[in-house]
Amino acid sequence: MSTIEDVTREFEQIIPSDTAAGQSVQERIIQMLEELRFEDRDVFGIRLAMEEALVNAIKHGNQMDPTKTVRIACQIGQQRVRIEIEDQGSGFHPEDLPDPTADENLERPCGRGIMLMRAFMTSITFNPTGNCVVMTKDRSEPEPETPAGESA
Amino acid sequence: MSQGNRRLDLEEVNGVTVARFTDKKILDESNIQIIGNQLFSLVDDDHRQKVVLDFTNVEYLSSAALGKLITMDKKVKAAGAKLRLCSIRSDIKEVFKITRLDKLFNIFDNRDKALEGF
Repeated sequence: MSTIEDVTREFEQIIPSDTAAGQSVQERIIQMLEELRFEDRDVFGIRLAMEEALVNAIKHGNQMDPTKTVRIACQIGQQRVRIEIEDQGSGFHPEDLPDPTADENLERPCGRGIMLMRAFMTSITFNPTGNCVVMTKDRSEPEPETPAGESA
Repeated sequence: MSQGNRRLDLEEVNGVTVARFTDKKILDESNIQIIGNQLFSLVDDDHRQKVVLDFTNVEYLSSAALGKLITMDKKVKAAGAKLRLCSIRSDIKEVFKITRLDKLFNIFDNRDKALEGF
């Protein structure tokens, strides 16, 4: 599993199987990213990936079971973010998921979360059981300043 | 609207219903459920035939929200109605591209373009 150098923010938190609790962890991490002046598009991608991973853990992993919890470990360095999310479910095999972009699956309402996590994060790794995901995101280069008077 | 606060601002423009999301974040299960029900009601209860979904206010949406949009699209097609999407910011447009849902939906840059010839 990847590690982070120069960690400036770090925490571990256990939450109940409740999406509102998941939202508050997201807000905590987003606030840290904003304090460290991560680019907006990085913050967007990390929030989206966290939302998908937390919903997977709470709904699919723990099946909303109030006796089960989700562990979130977050490390933020100057150049990289690492977020680990572990549920108490029986896990799954991400390679078994159907391709949501295949023509025959395009109109299925579910099954896009993992794909979006992969697209917006630098790396996504599941443990062999499939109940723990580690996501990392490398900081993007700053967008060039748009000269005054020009629209983006 | 029956379910709690109204999450869509509705406007009629020459026979077209423009529904603008009021939320910045279309995240969280219960939130998405309410927004989904209000969307479906436009077709199921109000029988609106031409609907433009305006994303001007939306900064975030998750795959669960995409699921509701897909269900909305199916309802619209089943009712012989039409649906257009507009004013989607670039980060979210990227989400539609990655998932290839930009092929499923008719997406326009802004409200005026969505209304043109609808």
